[in-house]
Amino acid sequence: MQAPLTHRPTLSLAARWNNFQRRYAPYLFISPFFILFAAFGLFPILFSLYLSFQDWQPTTGLGSMKFVGWRNYTDNLTDPTFWQSLKNTLILAVESGIPQHLIAIPLAIAIHTSLRRIQNLVTAVYFLPYITSIVAISVIFFTLFSWQYGAINAALNALHTVPVIGPLFPAEKVNWLGDPGAVQPAIATVIIWRYTGWNTLLYLAGLQAIPRELYEAAQIDGANRWQQFRFITLPLLRPTMFMAVTLSLIGGFQLFEEPFILTNGSGGPGQTGLTTVMYMYRTYTAYSDAGLAAAMVWLLFLVIGVLTLLNNRIFGRSGLAGRD
Amino acid sequence: MKKLIAVTALLALTTLASAQTKTTITVGVFPDLDSVVKAALPGFYKLYPNVTVKINSKAYPDHHTALATALSTGKGANDVEAVDFGYVAKFAEGSGLVDISKAPYNAGALRSQFVAYTFPQAMTQDGRMVGMPTDIGPGSMFYRTDMLKKAGVTPAELNRSWESYITAGRKIKAANPGAFLLPDASQAAQIILRSGLKSGEGLFFDKSNKLLVSPTNPRFVRAFTVAKQIRDAGLDAKAGAAFSPEWTTAFQKGNLATEFSGAWLVGHMQNWLAKDYSGKWAAANLPGGSFASYGGSFYAIPAQSQNKAEAWALIQYLTTNRDQQILAFRTTGAFPALKAAQNAPLFNEGVPYLAGQKARLQWRDAATKIKPIDVNRQDPVAEQIVNDAISNMLTSNQSVQDALTQAQRLIERRVR
Repeated sequence: MQAPLTHRPTLSLAARWNNFQRRYAPYLFISPFFILFAAFGLFPILFSLYLSFQDWQPTTGLGSMKFVGWRNYTDNLTDPTFWQSLKNTLILAVESGIPQHLIAIPLAIAIHTSLRRIQNLVTAVYFLPYITSIVAISVIFFTLFSWQYGAINAALNALHTVPVIGPLFPAEKVNWLGDPGAVQPAIATVIIWRYTGWNTLLYLAGLQAIPRELYEAAQIDGANRWQQFRFITLPLLRPTMFMAVTLSLIGGFQLFEEPFILTNGSGGPGQTGLTTVMYMYRTYTAYSDAGLAAAMVWLLFLVIGVLTLLNNRIFGRSGLAGRD
Repeated sequence: MKKLIAVTALLALTTLASAQTKTTITVGVFPDLDSVVKAALPGFYKLYPNVTVKINSKAYPDHHTALATALSTGKGANDVEAVDFGYVAKFAEGSGLVDISKAPYNAGALRSQFVAYTFPQAMTQDGRMVGMPTDIGPGSMFYRTDMLKKAGVTPAELNRSWESYITAGRKIKAANPGAFLLPDASQAAQIILRSGLKSGEGLFFDKSNKLLVSPTNPRFVRAFTVAKQIRDAGLDAKAGAAFSPEWTTAFQKGNLATEFSGAWLVGHMQNWLAKDYSGKWAAANLPGGSFASYGGSFYAIPAQSQNKAEAWALIQYLTTNRDQQILAFRTTGAFPALKAAQNAPLFNEGVPYLAGQKARLQWRDAATKIKPIDVNRQDPVAEQIVNDAISNMLTSNQSVQDALTQAQRLIERRVR
């Protein structure tokens, strides 16, 4: 007699193992990512969202949280220092962001077209600041920017004594890190120095993706160098530009390390070097107000989100499609 | 079955007994305080042979960050935690640290043995005490004897009042080209803010939590005004905070005529900051009869500690044992908070770096004149805003009145 159809045959151990492997092993193998992401990505995000509606001093323990509704958000939105930090961030992002690209694009083209032989070496040299320790960078720039003893002031003062071009340079020493008007350019300089190489690399990758046949065809049609640049290089580089600008935008609004170290965490004279992330850090560490700091993070997230969307609207659609 | 229970019980008992014979406690500290604890251990073990101490030393900010994390999550704190003065008020909130004014600790009974201003520093507004003082930083004015001589200025002229400090400073600067009177004008404001407090006043708030920062408060007006006068006279090196690169360079180049700091600065000066100027520096009291404290360290017991009795035994040894406090002074120059330790012969010795000056006696005397300052849980917020206000005023054309009005408004808005 045959076994009823509903009865499942007993599997051998090997077959079961095989079955288990097929069905569950993939999950096991990809689980490290999800576990790490949940612990270090998802959890902090959700926790900070939760925190932004609480009144909590971290050192008093987890039990002492108190729900306060939207108060943290309204308090931030009515805080003049928050708005000043946002303004500082915006200025620094523009001051440091635009020159990065204006330098990086011609640089990438120059490396791509004329320095092919030593391309790797040149790229490495430009990329070096990006991977150098921020502490080492700050020590060097502190020394360079020093009011009394710095090389920059020494150079500017020396240039001032040169005839004809002299009046273009200041006679007095500039207190780069101690004068409210000089702090932002000083910080922006460090950021430009640090990230231009990174952008150059992005643009170089973009340039290398443009097929050579297009240039050959253009040459046959009699297009000169400028026309090749204007009608081939520039349009085809737009997706790269869009990506690089978006990255700069997001990075610019999360500015922390450079202004923090160059102003000793103080925000500098007149607080002109205080970025929003620095203010958030201060609210959490010095003021021990975790809820207020968390709300600030979400407000900043909102600002970055809106600006990225705008960037996408204005520049992205056509950029991504590669049309001109 | 019965037999099994008996055996298990016996096993459990023996493990418990052996655990009781030797307890290991952990101490969280930062450099150089770690060398003080390390030096204390042989003496401590003689009194408590059943306790083993494990030192967990981290860099200064890391130590305090780790402690903040341990207190907020309720896990991971050491049995004894060192807390620097600047962090006491912050960690005093909530119930993360044990109130040692209560039994079985009764720290209040030890109060008379310590320099007067130390205990109030570690006490909260509601009267809990969260740390035992171990070392203090009596404020001192250091000055370059050679620069004063060149300008024909006496030390007494320099510290008689803030006005004479500025007048003497102009002479010193004129006689020593390239030199500065002090690293940063804001330092004068910090001292004036911290001296001349009425009783029941904190730095920024009074006992009833009323904000003191205002354009009509004489203490704040004077502090801001003197700082502005110094900056306007071009006497300071605009170096910002102590240990900033500009500050360090000015020191190393020998371009500073005076500096206000805790007595502990001599250690830094002789070891790296102004090595080449040994014998050219001397110490005097702060100008205008001011007495201020520059830092100090405390030991606390976290509420989560499982070995509070042993932790308290170690803290008592570190803070109330005279020999240990003297040893600490010898080891790192940590100025004793325990009064009995301040009679050690060491105090009568001259300080070689200060050309043999018996500066320790002066510092000991200064320590007795420092007034206790009440702490308020909103102090960190007010301090940051006031510091920013001073910096803003010094780097712009803002008036003292405007700077204080703005600071008052910002603090009032932020305090909740």
